[in-house]
Amino acid sequence: MYCNRIPDRPDERKRIWDRVDDMARANSLWVTAYGTGCGAIELRPLHTSRFDMERFGIAMRPTPRQADVLIISGYLAVKTLKRVIRVYEQMQDPKYIIALGSCTINGGMYFDSYNTLNILDRYLPVDVYVNGCMPRPEAIIDGFSLLMRKIKDGHADGWKHYRENLDFYRENQKSVISDWDLPDYNW
Amino acid sequence: MIGLIASIALTSIGALAWGLLLGGVSRMVTARIHGRIGPRLTQNYIDLWKLFRKKSSIHHGTMFWLAPMFRITGGIGVLLLVPLVAGNSLIVNMSFAGDLLLVVYFMFFGCLGMALGAGDSGHPYAVIAVSRGLSQMSSYELSFSAVVLVLAAGLGTLSIREMVAAQQGGILSWNAFRFPFATAAGLITFLPMQMAYPFSIVLAPQEIPIGPPTEYSSRFLSFMFSGRAIFGVAKLVLFVNLFFGGAGSWPGLLVKTFLLYMFPVFVSPVFPRFRTEQSVRFLWFVPTALAAVDLVRVLI
Repeated sequence: MYCNRIPDRPDERKRIWDRVDDMARANSLWVTAYGTGCGAIELRPLHTSRFDMERFGIAMRPTPRQADVLIISGYLAVKTLKRVIRVYEQMQDPKYIIALGSCTINGGMYFDSYNTLNILDRYLPVDVYVNGCMPRPEAIIDGFSLLMRKIKDGHADGWKHYRENLDFYRENQKSVISDWDLPDYNW
Repeated sequence: MIGLIASIALTSIGALAWGLLLGGVSRMVTARIHGRIGPRLTQNYIDLWKLFRKKSSIHHGTMFWLAPMFRITGGIGVLLLVPLVAGNSLIVNMSFAGDLLLVVYFMFFGCLGMALGAGDSGHPYAVIAVSRGLSQMSSYELSFSAVVLVLAAGLGTLSIREMVAAQQGGILSWNAFRFPFATAAGLITFLPMQMAYPFSIVLAPQEIPIGPPTEYSSRFLSFMFSGRAIFGVAKLVLFVNLFFGGAGSWPGLLVKTFLLYMFPVFVSPVFPRFRTEQSVRFLWFVPTALAAVDLVRVLI
């Protein structure tokens, strides 16, 4: 089941408990375990004793319902975009997107491919880009710490931007997905 | 009346705080066994707060909403029925009325509510996990009932308070030493109760990703986390009362529950997971046979 109504705009006033919330959100990032491209291979070492992302409070969740962060790990094919939209919209607010690798910024080595997206930001709101082909685990951890800083400062608001500019994102999504069969909004 | 409500509130909040702290210790110990640094000790509190303040826009039916409440009610119910500290007049809760059969019933209550809610979510993984969980629960209830029979026959009572009273007078009068086989059986059934390996077939990470709570998020999940923490402490207190002489003081209770909690924490990381039928078969035969040895000894 899903709700078609766009949620009300949240109260923008920054209260004390909003700061507490932001601290908690920044120190407890749960990531959707969904690898969209070749960069997913660089996420595995983050679990291991060498890099150990759990020391930052970062954990993998097997279901988008419980996750806060979606990692677009490398090139994003049009076919995958449809699934990614579905996953992103099933995640509960507030939610963040980290995009890995050159492919998400400008298409990288697949810039002239017929089925790969070049600029991810036109289809989904990216909070943090991590550059490289592929970024090493250290770079991904650096990306996570940047996201944590943005959350603490209250600037990681891609999810609000997505909601407020849904028409823009939908238009772009529908322009590349020929067999569009998703509901208008799948919160 | 106000005293009783205050006592219940204090007990629940205290159990939640203690349960989350124990969970934090468990995550740290597991990380050290893996050779990692691991999360902070307070990570569970942070996770709980984050979940509680997250938004939710999912609806799957009435039972889906009620299940976390059932879970938390089951946990608090068990906690209120077992005596926390022997002879304590400040926090008495309902320990005067609770006998072991009622507690065993209440232990089912939260799990059954959870099963109905997970079924209502309609997610295939949740339904698979519920069927696994109920099969396993029925099997360890059999062996746990055998343990209860040993204690009831040996001590001549079903009242937990009287069982605690019968164990006073030194370590050797604890049930752990009077009924060692039944205690071993009880500790084996403690592992599936805590969803520890090798009996972790319900949540089963990497297999049926997270099991019953697959569709739960936000505040629902925070209530489930809280319920699990409180229920965990309730089971620890029950086992301390049944086998380890109860607790004469608050520090004694904390030390005993902490040490008992470490048992699944150290067993869990070194075992792989049973398949469902292996788990059910093991729980039917091994702990039940152990308890039967003590039952025969008591009856003769």
